[in-house]
Amino acid sequence: MPEEVGEWLIMSNRPVPQPGATDPQILRNFCIIAHIDHGKSTLADRMLQHTGVVDGRDMKAQYLDRMDIERERGITIKSQAVRMPFTKSSGDDAGTIYVLNMIDTPGHVDFTYEVSRSLEACEGAVLLVDAAQGIEAQTLANLYLAIDADLDIIPVLNKIDLPGAQPEKYAEEIAGIIGGNPDDVLRVSAKTGQGVEELLNLIVDEVPPPQGDPDAPPRALIFDSVYDTYRGVVTYVRVVDGKLSHRDKIKMMSTGAVHEMLEVGVISPEPVKAGDLGVGEVGYLITGVKEVRQSRVGDTVTSNIRGATEPLGGYKNPNPMVFAGLYPMDGDDYPTLRDALEKLQLNDAALVYEPESSGALGFGFRIGFLGLLHLEIVRERLEREFNLELISTAPNVVYRVEMEDGKEITVTNPSEYPDGKIDKVYEPVVRATVLSPSDYIGVIMELCQARRGQLIGMDYLSEDRVEIKYTLPMGEIMFDFFDALKSRTKGYASLDYEPTGEEASDLVKVDVLLQGEVVDAFSAIVHRDNAYAYGVSLAGKLKELIPRQQFEVPIQAAIGARVIARENIRAIRKDVLAKCYGGDISRKRKLLEKQKEGKKRMKMVGRVEVPQEAFIAALSTGDADKK
Amino acid sequence: MNSIERPLSHPGERPFGMYVHVPFCTVRCGYCDFNTYTADELGEGATRASYADTAISEIHRAAAEVGRRTVETVFFGGGTPTQLPSADLVRVLRAIDERLGLAEGVEVTTEANPDSVTPQSLATLREGGFTRISFGVQSAVPHVLATLERTHDPANVPQAVRWAREAGFEQVSVDLIYGTPGESMDDWRDSVEQAVALEPNHVSAYALIVEQGTAFARKVRRGEVVMPDDDETADKYVLADELLTAAGLGWYELSNWARDEAAQCRHNVLYWRSDDWWGIGPGAHSHLRAPGVDTEADAVAERWWNVKHPAAYAQRLAADASPRHDGEAIDAATAQVERIMLETRLRSGLDLDALSHGARTAVDGVVERGLATRNGDRLVLTRPGRLLADAVVRELVD
Repeated sequence: MPEEVGEWLIMSNRPVPQPGATDPQILRNFCIIAHIDHGKSTLADRMLQHTGVVDGRDMKAQYLDRMDIERERGITIKSQAVRMPFTKSSGDDAGTIYVLNMIDTPGHVDFTYEVSRSLEACEGAVLLVDAAQGIEAQTLANLYLAIDADLDIIPVLNKIDLPGAQPEKYAEEIAGIIGGNPDDVLRVSAKTGQGVEELLNLIVDEVPPPQGDPDAPPRALIFDSVYDTYRGVVTYVRVVDGKLSHRDKIKMMSTGAVHEMLEVGVISPEPVKAGDLGVGEVGYLITGVKEVRQSRVGDTVTSNIRGATEPLGGYKNPNPMVFAGLYPMDGDDYPTLRDALEKLQLNDAALVYEPESSGALGFGFRIGFLGLLHLEIVRERLEREFNLELISTAPNVVYRVEMEDGKEITVTNPSEYPDGKIDKVYEPVVRATVLSPSDYIGVIMELCQARRGQLIGMDYLSEDRVEIKYTLPMGEIMFDFFDALKSRTKGYASLDYEPTGEEASDLVKVDVLLQGEVVDAFSAIVHRDNAYAYGVSLAGKLKELIPRQQFEVPIQAAIGARVIARENIRAIRKDVLAKCYGGDISRKRKLLEKQKEGKKRMKMVGRVEVPQEAFIAALSTGDADKK
Repeated sequence: MNSIERPLSHPGERPFGMYVHVPFCTVRCGYCDFNTYTADELGEGATRASYADTAISEIHRAAAEVGRRTVETVFFGGGTPTQLPSADLVRVLRAIDERLGLAEGVEVTTEANPDSVTPQSLATLREGGFTRISFGVQSAVPHVLATLERTHDPANVPQAVRWAREAGFEQVSVDLIYGTPGESMDDWRDSVEQAVALEPNHVSAYALIVEQGTAFARKVRRGEVVMPDDDETADKYVLADELLTAAGLGWYELSNWARDEAAQCRHNVLYWRSDDWWGIGPGAHSHLRAPGVDTEADAVAERWWNVKHPAAYAQRLAADASPRHDGEAIDAATAQVERIMLETRLRSGLDLDALSHGARTAVDGVVERGLATRNGDRLVLTRPGRLLADAVVRELVD
């Protein structure tokens, strides 16, 4: 592409402003708010190419998404920041060199807090919307976060080259949400590069330069923290006041911990060492700490000597919202699992765990996650990177139980639900936002109602798109709510939620008994009104999932001593291949070996062989929803 | 045949048998995964006319390898061996005798379709040295035979058995299949009762297995036929065992019943005792113990199998090359697994000394659950145990 060659020449011939010596007036810090699949990574790639920091040959598709899992899933878990020198090509200041810092934000509901910290590091946000699909609930949620953070919003429709694109329609929708004129919504194709240069020019024009006091004690916001095998923790910061120098000792203001600064620098898009980072600049620092929890997102970095006294606002400790038990399939792998969790925690400040033991599953860990995606990612990484085979119990939320004697118990594992006299039980609730074509209002409300939702309100975003808000118990949306929503709305609805506190509720523990013995891993806490249906459905599912054994296996679901459902797995009577002659022996022996392997994948619960799928699959309420 | 010429097998030497595979059928039954072909499926060099000569050329190779090793049993299976002219079958048997030597009292079996024998063909076989005939009856019920795509007329079965008796076959066996889709319990009772009425010396009864890759498997997958529930199949096994036992046929392997010890199929017993055999013909398996070892050697036995397609098989032999396709060396541990797997199926039972220390602890559980009894130092399956034989084997194999 000839234009790029031209820019590359400009960049090589003129001095590019250096980190620590860049006038805040030429800095522009922005992020891109977009839904998964709406093309954020492609747009980011295109910007890197267009500003010349990456040439076409080096271009890895979706350069900014680092980890394999992220690339495979097409999502961004960890944000990063890239410094891109850009020569303005339009307007009065054409020819002026600017420095753009593009801060990549995570795109999933589990990481709202991380998103909010990334937004805090910016002055502007590009709102990127697929011109064929319109805005999605998570994007809207992040947009509101950006508006709350006083960012200037640059609305952009992407994928205008697609045959199904409806830029007029969605431009109107966006204008309806953020105000302004539909004509002001920029139209680009990240894929072809159309409109990207115009967007870069617009970012310079629209996003205000950062403000800060260069003479004040340094204060920098940590908006990301990543563990690197070779360098230890790499902390991404946005400097607000003063200057961070590679010679400084720094202090984490939430803990007072002091660290040696080994290196500061910027990402462009590979790390480049620098002497200092000044007001408004975005970069990384390395201190030699080994765990991301020592360098937490949202914390303020200052210098140890003559440091700031007031931290930047908004720091929160990440709170796990979802818990699940993870157990090694093979009990001998317990130490490997423990080591693996320790290693993952280096890179994941939100991951908490403690050992637990289960009568059914042996020794394992109860692990706290930010949400379900977080759970899935952690589980997948444990299995993939540490070669572990794991059984996961069904995830649950945290319940707070007040006993009649005034004692209070926090329940993170349903099997620990107290037996004594319970006064009140509180469960976490969320405010859920669903965006959908208005045709599906009925089915969405029906679903939310069935999940004990309370309607907060409904707004039309455009003539045929609607935003529906519900308060829902978090436990009700944990498992398959999103799937049910998607299937009922033919995939059109999108969902976002945020925890809003807790509510008292009439909850009971449903136990499952196999051959009269409670299997702790199957216990669940459900609303009393749903307990019976839940018990019947669960017993039925277990009957399907547990293979017939050599003896009869009664399955019961019970609340306390009261049995609410029962099923029976009849004893198997035939397990033999009738024929075995000379030519069958080799094949039959191999089948035997395979069957023995299959047996290893079964967990012995008492005398009963239970396949690992049963522990999680049984608890999906899928069938109940597909009436 | 002159009995004086028959050498006794050497004391201490493993019994040795020959299997001759005849890969021809008039039609290919939908459920069958055996290596068999209709006459017009095969090309040059693998015709029925040339098959006996091809098989004989492999017998020459076998003799060159094992030397003159006395053959205790010969079994012609298929396919339908009686698709070949009786004279050809006799010629093949004679070649085995000439090159290796048949033992005194050798058992020579052929499988036969009730529709493909005549008094003459049976007489030729008997005179040529065949001692035992096994008829593929499968069922006495026309709709069941139709589902199995068996073409024989059930009315011909008593006649075929009578002819065999008249030709001088003392050992007559009948093969049955149960658990065919659409077969009722009464259908099965009919089949067993009619089989018993033939007064056979031996009955084999197999549950129908849906083998991958067969036309039948495709029908099951498409839902065109529905396989019976395992419990029903178990009931049919129990019914067969009761009826056969009452008729004086006792089980000696879990799918085989015999009137007395002499009526047992010695050739099949040889498979189940992990003895030696050479399989002649396309796709045939062979098993030979390493000479003189019963110790922890690397390989205690070798198993191999021939190329599967009759044309490829014929071409190899025509080029004076081995028809062997692939094989496996069997180490002591594998041999142990096979022994447990096979001997557990026998009425004579599994020698408990064959079990590892760990597996011996599993024996108590198996006995307590009523799946087997201890008979001296041998473990013998009960009737419920026979139906769960594979599960028992899994428990006994470390």
